[in-house]
Amino acid sequence: MDYSVLIGGAAGQGMDTCAILLEKTLKRCGFSVYASSDYMSRVRGGHNFFYIRFSDRKLYSFSPRVDLIFAMNKETVDIHRSKLKENGFILTQETIEDIVTKLGNPKVINTVGLGFILKYFGLPMDIAAEVIKEEFKEGIIEINLRALEEGYKQSKNRYSLTTFKDESILINGNQAVGVGAIAAGCRFYCGYPMTPSTGVLNYLAAHSNEFGIAVDQVEDEVAALNMALGAAYAGVRAMTGSSGGGFALMVEALSLAGMIEVPVVLINVQRPGPATGFPTRTEQADLRFMIHAGHGEFPRMVIALRNVEDAFYQTVRAFNIAEKYQIPVLLMSDQHLADSVVTVKPFDFTKVKVERYISGEEEVVDEEYKRYRFTEDGISPRILPGKIPGQVVLVDSDEHDEWGHITESDEIRTKMVDKRLKKYEYLKEDIQEPWFIGKDKPENLIICWGSTYGAVREAVDRLIEEGYSIGALIFGDIWPLPTKRLLDFGKMAKRIIDVEQNATGQLESLIREVALMKPTDRILKYDGRPFSGEEVYKRIREVL
Amino acid sequence: MKYEYKLYEPSWCPGCGNYMIRTALKMALEELEIEPHEVVLVSGIGQAAKMQHYIKVNGFNGLHGRAIPPAIGIRLANKNLKVIVESGDGGSYGEGGNHFIHAIRRNIDIAHFVHDNQIYGLTKGQASPTTAMGQKTTLQFDGVKVEPIKPLALALTMGAGFVARGFSGDIPHLVSLMKAAIEYKGYALVDILQPCVVWNRVNTFAWYKNRVYHLPEDYDYTNKEEAMKKALEFDDKIPIGILYKEEKESYEDRFDFIKNGPPLVDRQLNPMDAERLMEEFR
Ligand SMILES: Cc1ncc(C[n+]2csc(CCOP(=O)(O)OP(=O)(O)O)c2C)c(N)n1
Ligand SMILES: [Mg+2]
Repeated sequence: MDYSVLIGGAAGQGMDTCAILLEKTLKRCGFSVYASSDYMSRVRGGHNFFYIRFSDRKLYSFSPRVDLIFAMNKETVDIHRSKLKENGFILTQETIEDIVTKLGNPKVINTVGLGFILKYFGLPMDIAAEVIKEEFKEGIIEINLRALEEGYKQSKNRYSLTTFKDESILINGNQAVGVGAIAAGCRFYCGYPMTPSTGVLNYLAAHSNEFGIAVDQVEDEVAALNMALGAAYAGVRAMTGSSGGGFALMVEALSLAGMIEVPVVLINVQRPGPATGFPTRTEQADLRFMIHAGHGEFPRMVIALRNVEDAFYQTVRAFNIAEKYQIPVLLMSDQHLADSVVTVKPFDFTKVKVERYISGEEEVVDEEYKRYRFTEDGISPRILPGKIPGQVVLVDSDEHDEWGHITESDEIRTKMVDKRLKKYEYLKEDIQEPWFIGKDKPENLIICWGSTYGAVREAVDRLIEEGYSIGALIFGDIWPLPTKRLLDFGKMAKRIIDVEQNATGQLESLIREVALMKPTDRILKYDGRPFSGEEVYKRIREVL
Repeated sequence: MKYEYKLYEPSWCPGCGNYMIRTALKMALEELEIEPHEVVLVSGIGQAAKMQHYIKVNGFNGLHGRAIPPAIGIRLANKNLKVIVESGDGGSYGEGGNHFIHAIRRNIDIAHFVHDNQIYGLTKGQASPTTAMGQKTTLQFDGVKVEPIKPLALALTMGAGFVARGFSGDIPHLVSLMKAAIEYKGYALVDILQPCVVWNRVNTFAWYKNRVYHLPEDYDYTNKEEAMKKALEFDDKIPIGILYKEEKESYEDRFDFIKNGPPLVDRQLNPMDAERLMEEFR
């Protein structure tokens, strides 16, 4: 079984509530859920909608072919009618208008609709009732329970689905990053609100008192990264985040992070640019920007998050790597991953470790501590200011000597540049090869990165079922670019198809540059809407 | 002396006010019995901002105009560290003007010492936000065409709890201001008049010397209106001293978990503590 519901209407009509209630109910019924939202950058009006897909097997993507449309206004019907499957059903506002009027509160249209939908699929009402009791405030629970029941009564069974034991969590990409940061022991997060990254800031702010995390809404993104660097210098794990425009303002401080070798984690939840672009939509067009941002040459690591689990585990890993190499680690997400709500197994906290790499007094071998001591691997022992009486910690954005003092020496300059860049060599040991899915030795090799994983996964599974020799490499660690698997698989493949959500094929060009390998085809999308498995499938079929 | 580096000689010009400010800062730290490892000097870029290289304490020499943000980060991470921001008038009021305004709103516990030479020293003599209207500079050859910022008045209107002005030529007085600022729990601004012997031929040592006067003994620094008048007095006479002081809760103390617990940097990190977060997603 595999069903999809579309809920649409104008901003402010309360579809979000309806969507959350339905997602939670479906999750508690034991289904795999993949819900993707499409919203406009406005507070009232316009047209917003949700795709809520559910199944008894694991879902990797949303589906734009729907079984039921819950249309809160006429526009929704006009826009989405074509997405309805042959035997699909449209639940219009008129169908349940009378019940809503009877209940005397226009807002309950959401829960009436919910009841209607549940009955339609033959799902029990009690689970939804539980969810309502949890989600709503005291005074309005009663009326919503009645609304649920009325909606349920009004509807007819079309399907009678069986439910399963629920063992999953329901979470989105921004929340997963937030949980990862907390698990990693992040003690400082700051940011300036910017869609679609604000969810990370919100999540950490909501848990700041409980976990002792200083969360600051900064005056601007220039302050953000500089502030995080101050906190990290003082010795806490620090992180900041934004979307592309905000990241642009952090670029000078990113270069500072490279120069002063203070570990920091940063996330860019991408949205389409240039400039303000599409504030609430998705794209993967900041890859080159993230890899190259910052004046001068310094090491960094860039990790693209592929799904919510990856978002959690990689966020923790980012902190460990940042501190191990004393470099900035940049996470890349996007609106699609950030806002899509999916069911996954609860994260395994025994699998994540906090590795700090902070030195104690015994490791200070010089009479006066050298923050930038030349070492074999370019990584100097890091002590924290205030922790060792008699020793001070000096970091400097100017070129500096081993103690951190300004220097103009040509000799020291060369050695310092080498010292910083040497970290790349050792960093390679920590770099993870891209995930591989599909047939052994595939003739057709897809390459992609980040959140396109889900859509590609679904398309590849389907093509394999149809007998194609196909596989995919999905990059998470993307800078420095791991090339081993790429070269191994690339050699065997007849076709290499690049799938990306940008207009210029940024991963493809990176592969040509670093691996000297030329993909044969490109499937690019830059309309601001996420790839669905269906769409990737169709476009691969066109190429094959 | 304990704040002395053996090797590093200042790159300031002979006669520069920065030397006197450095002397005063060392004396203030000495008298407050602050050990080098207990304090962090945070600066941006400029002549003034090189202070960490000539006085041995912890140092964060960041980007031009961006001294305040790291200072805030440091304070939140480790409330046991004293944090002093040391930067020029250009970095503090120009490039970093936004951070200046918002540091006041936060009332973060830092002392901000602005070396105000009314010029961009390091970049060779362009107008700074405090250069007088009409003054000729290397860049503004026919005179500055914008009004100067009035930093103390601005700080007062923003609600700063500690607003002071000093003069590099009056070391004992400056030491007392610095000590009071460092001890103040919250954001403390000390605008320090300082001659630039090379690039500012108007606001010379003599120019300041002839104008500055100590606020009278009976001056009431809790009177905001009076403070505002003094903050705007910048012509034939320039008052120095603590113009305004008021006790306020510091930013750090507004976070209960910072106020009532160990410094964040000393807290243990155990991923298992976060496992309970899974519940809200069930
Ligand atoms: C982003 C950036 N812009 C410009 C500069 C060049 N710059 C360095 S110091 C400075 C002005 C210095 O003036 P001030 O802050 O008053 O310090 P002073 O040298 O007078 O002590 C400028 C413009 C820079 N380093 N970084
Ligand atoms: Mg200056």
